[in-house]
Amino acid sequence: MPAVLRLFLIALVALSTGHVAANEAPTIAAAADLRFALERLAEDFRAKTGNAIRVSFGSSGNFTTQIENGAPFEIFLSADENYVFRLADQGLTRDHGSLYAVGRIVLFAPHGSLLATDPQLEQLRQVIAQGRLHRFAIANPEHAPYGRAARAALQTAGLWPLIQPSLVLGENAAQAAQFASSGSTDGGIIPLSLSKAPQLAALGTFSTIPADWHSAEPLRQRMVLLRNAGATADAFYRFLQTDEARKTLAEFGFVVPDESMKE
Amino acid sequence: MDWQSFSLSLQLALVTLALLLPLSIPAAYWLATTQRGIKPWVEGLIALPLVLPPTVIGFYLLIVLGRQSWLGQAYEQLFGQPLVFSFSGLVLASIIFNIPFAVQPIQRAFEAIPLEVREAGQCCGLGFWQRFLRIDLPLSWPGMLSAAVITFAHTLGEFGVVLMVGGNIPGETKTVAISIYDRTQAFDLAGANAMSLLLLAISLTTIVVSYGLVGRMMNARRPV
Repeated sequence: MPAVLRLFLIALVALSTGHVAANEAPTIAAAADLRFALERLAEDFRAKTGNAIRVSFGSSGNFTTQIENGAPFEIFLSADENYVFRLADQGLTRDHGSLYAVGRIVLFAPHGSLLATDPQLEQLRQVIAQGRLHRFAIANPEHAPYGRAARAALQTAGLWPLIQPSLVLGENAAQAAQFASSGSTDGGIIPLSLSKAPQLAALGTFSTIPADWHSAEPLRQRMVLLRNAGATADAFYRFLQTDEARKTLAEFGFVVPDESMKE
Repeated sequence: MDWQSFSLSLQLALVTLALLLPLSIPAAYWLATTQRGIKPWVEGLIALPLVLPPTVIGFYLLIVLGRQSWLGQAYEQLFGQPLVFSFSGLVLASIIFNIPFAVQPIQRAFEAIPLEVREAGQCCGLGFWQRFLRIDLPLSWPGMLSAAVITFAHTLGEFGVVLMVGGNIPGETKTVAISIYDRTQAFDLAGANAMSLLLLAISLTTIVVSYGLVGRMMNARRPV
């Protein structure tokens, strides 16, 4: 390496290390549907152990790409277990992880929307037939599992081709939820775990869509320790499997897996 | 209000300035004085971040800094951690997308110095460094000041590149612009609003102050 470049890199490191003192807390990549549930769990964990964790929320597909490119996360909580398997196949994880939840989706309509909600999407079908559906939010199916689940449900209902002109795509499930609840769309298909949080529940009504409507995308959510995971990450990973944590997940609308579902 | 992100952004802006300004001054000086045919190409290359979408810069940075590249590998070998998704990687990205904002104002300032002034210095027997220190540097201060201010404000506000190479890690790569995006998705509109307002106030203040200072310096210099 040329001397100048080396000097520059060293200056870069010298200036940028020690930029934040309290950086020992492990970083965790979490699917966006965990936003409210995991914030609560992180607080509970800190109250119990005194250890803090740092959580980044985003779409599982994006995190997978980032981890493949060297992002320094210590735990990955994916909304689709296939991403975990993909990382495991590349040797980037400690093992094949553990199933921590099964996600559900809802049809959400903000207050004042022309859309009423029902589990069978009948109201949605009517509004589309009348040509009155303006904007409808889902997460991007390309890299967000909840977007794929929404697509699968709409396909089951036979509405997928009809709804195309109205779709707005969130970068991840939380952005889709924000779009769906903000009042600037007529509604959307978003995670139950976000809809149940007070921040969102106050903004509209929702109906849970039957799980077998999106059996192609079952939202089996798996978490895994990445290869560089330290002791705190390890402890948090184990904490997430305790009855206490599972109860919290259930409160937020996740189906908590029993042993029979795990493999 | 996410003070951690805010302080991270401030640090990023300051570190960027500390590394980029010393590199920009000689580059700007060379561009202002050279007659070579390669000059438009270099100028074009430097101006690229102005016109390219941040996502394009982010994409190429991800490739150039990533684990597959020789730079990414060399860095990881030297310092034991990957360059992407780290504060250092963000600094490097920030330097690259700020190059035009730092170089161009300084270049304009150097170009504004009449050739005769330099020649007069030469006739008085001043060597290159003496001329640079006694003529060029004092006369180009306003350009350097606006370069510094614009680079600073631009770093605070950069979003697209940071989103692509940063990975939204609190305390490491979650800058204030990313935090505003994050707060919006967390339905914390009050938090997003507070940070946006603060950023707006800082950006406006720095730019107004620098325009004011530069204007005053130029006025003071104008012969009566």
